[in-house]
Formats: sequence, structure tokens, C-alpha cells
Amino acid sequence: MTEAPGDGTVIEAGDSTFRTLVLDARGPVLVHFSAAWCAPCRLVEPVLAELAVAYHGRVRVVRVDVDAHPTTAAVYGVTSIPTLSVFSSGEVVRTVVGARPKPELVALVEDVLAGR
Amino acid sequence: MSESTTLPSHRTIIIVGSGPAGYTAAIYAARAGLAPLVVAGSVTAGGALMNTTEVENFPGFPDGIQGPELMESMQKQAERFGAEVIWDDVTSLSLSGAIKTVVTGGGATYTADAVILATGSAYRELGIDDEKRLSGRGVSWCATCDGFFFRGQEILVVGGGDSAVEEATFLTRFASKVTIVHRRDQLRASKIMADRALNDPKIAFAWNSEIVAIHGDQKVTGVTLRDTQSGAVRDLPATGVFVAIGHVPRTELLVGQVDLDPEGYILVEGRSTRTNIPGVVACGDAVDHTYRQAITAAGSGCAAALDAQHYLAELSDAAGVDGRTADPEVAAAR
Repeated sequence: MTEAPGDGTVIEAGDSTFRTLVLDARGPVLVHFSAAWCAPCRLVEPVLAELAVAYHGRVRVVRVDVDAHPTTAAVYGVTSIPTLSVFSSGEVVRTVVGARPKPELVALVEDVLAGR
Repeated sequence: MSESTTLPSHRTIIIVGSGPAGYTAAIYAARAGLAPLVVAGSVTAGGALMNTTEVENFPGFPDGIQGPELMESMQKQAERFGAEVIWDDVTSLSLSGAIKTVVTGGGATYTADAVILATGSAYRELGIDDEKRLSGRGVSWCATCDGFFFRGQEILVVGGGDSAVEEATFLTRFASKVTIVHRRDQLRASKIMADRALNDPKIAFAWNSEIVAIHGDQKVTGVTLRDTQSGAVRDLPATGVFVAIGHVPRTELLVGQVDLDPEGYILVEGRSTRTNIPGVVACGDAVDHTYRQAITAAGSGCAAALDAQHYLAELSDAAGVDGRTADPEVAAAR
């Protein structure tokens, strides 16, 4: 079901879909652990939407609502949101905590794409 | 990624920052017909109030208002009168000449006749190694974001001011016990908030205490406290540490541009908002050592817009009529 990732838009993942959408994806996946009550999470959302477009076909961008999907958040030890993690081949390869400006997230994704 | 570098776009006024100071300045400048550009910040937009819950002391809201809602209202009010808000970060500025230049993270360059600095403040850090190591692993700066993760757990709030007490009170919704760790033997918070905390059965206090270490490998498990009077140390178990020890001015970009005091606050002339650079005014938490309230920030934002308008009026007088020039340098530059 999971072809080359990078959907052109931010997709929602949850406890039941995390494996398919993130862990089994063929390329890097940028995961935004988020919640409706978190103001800095809302601020970073437009940046992630832009990244989903910019990396269409190369990087999947996923949002996980920690309120609706606490298990996934707990598995990855998330205790602050926004947490932004890049997964590659089912493993976390980069994590930043707190809202970050676009250039910083671009650098994060580029690092992973370059295998750094 | 799509932005390209083009010719600078010129504005009469650019406002850097979008807390109560920046937006109030924008409302006044917009209503003066100056169509200000507000560089709001990409992920810091709205300023410190974005991370608060109920704001109970902003006049005009007898039932209180949520911080983010208040900021959204201020933004709309500024836009209604013609302010343009962009969600980008200023990455460099050049303020010294008559034409000021502002460059953003998105790659755009803007010029302006006047700049209003409302860059606000950032969280003050404890300054211990464990803090960074365990950030996002139990160390947090945002109770409203992260309280959820500590349901039924015993956690700490560090600090003794309004922010610390507000956070502690908010966190009792989730935590089984909240201990306020404070360096002194009494709170600095306003009486109404202090009383609320002192009477809350879920809030405990570690007086005269400072954190010297945070324990835990993948997750916070506790802290070491030192008694600020006796120097005695003791361990206290906790799974969360919320840091609320105040703020530091966010002025790194301004070093070498305008005069700052030794702590990094922007220096202004007397009761005005004028910096040492003509056409550059400053307001809000980036200036304010003392009050640091939403309403005082808003008030100073208003003053900054009026001071900027005054400067622009002198500038156009100087340009328009020979012999009436108050400031020959300004006239020449123009």
C-alpha cells in the first residue's frame, strides 16, 4: 500500500496507521507530534504543509495527534510538543523539540536525504 | 524554497515582532495610514502570550481571555486597518542609514524609512547541562503544550513569578502533585495568584531551593536541589520539570545595530521609545526590565508607533521645505 512517500500534503497518522504510513515507508518521513491545544504546533503547521509540497515524491510529512493517539507518542517518549522527528527505514534518525523556522527543518530533511 | 531574491520592497514602517507591542504598534501605524509591514516571526508569532492559558488581567475582558485568542484578535485589528502581516523571521537588519533594510529567512529583502523593534523575549534557561540533554524528555518550557503528558505524575515548576504560579496551577489539572521550586522563601507572583497556589492542595513548595542537576537517561526521573541558604543538597523525584524563571530579551540580531544594555535590553531615550538610531524605535519586552506585562507591552507599542510617526513627519518636513530642516543629516540622507 505504501509506494514512494511524499504525498504533496500533510497526512494524518495514528496508533493503527503509524506502521504502514511511517515505519514501512520507503523513504524518509517527517513526523509532527502535535495537538489541537498546542499553539506552537499550529504555528509550525503551515511550514510543514510547505515542506510536503516542496518534497512531493521524496519525503512524506505526517501529523500525529498525541491526544487521539497517545500510544504512538509514548512509544517514542514524546513529552513535549511540537516534537518533529524524521524516520528512515522504521528508525528515528533526527529529532528536534519545539517549533522551528522553515530553513532549519529544510536542513534537517536535506541531511537525511543526503544520508548525513 | 520557492522564494527568489528580488529587488527590495519599500515600506514606510516595518515592525519586527508580533506580540502585544508589535500588534499595537501596527494598529496605530495602520490607522495613521502608514500601511506597516509586520514581520511576525514564523514560529514565534503572537509572542509570549501564545503559550499562556487564561489572561485575567488584560483590561476589557472581565471573564478573562485565552492568550492565543487575544493575539489573534490583535492581529485581525491591525490587518483591518491595512497592516500587512508576514509569517517569516528577520535574519538580518541594517538600521544605521536613512533607509533601513530588513532581510527575512524566506529570502525577501525589505527597506523602510522607520523600524519598530518589538522582538520580545525568550525563555530564560536554567543554564545546566542536563537541561538541554533532557529537553523534550521531561524538561519543558510550555505547560499548556506539555501538561497532558504528565497525567497522574509528580512534577516540578521552577520559578516564583506569575508565570511559574500560573503554570503550576494549570498543571494541577494533569499532575498528581506539583512542587514549585523557588530560590527565595516567598513568591514574587501577584497576591491573587500566589494565594491560589498556596491554598491548592496539589501544590507543594520547595523554598530557598535551586536545581543543580536533573536526573534521568531517556526520561527525567528527579532533580538535585541545593538550599540557597545552607548549601545543603537533597534529591527530589519528579518526572517533569517545567522551567518558568523569566525571560531574556531577544536581541541577538541587534548587537552592533542599536545600543543595548549589559543584559541585552534595547536602550531607549528617557520615557520615549527612541533608540540611539534615528528612525528606529523599540517597545515591549525587549526594552522592559521591570513590568513585562501584556498591557505595558501594548502601551509601549502605541508609544513606539507615535514616536515613529513623529520621526516620519519631521523627515517629510525636512524634505519638503528648504530652510526648515531640523536635522540636516536626515534631510541630506533623504
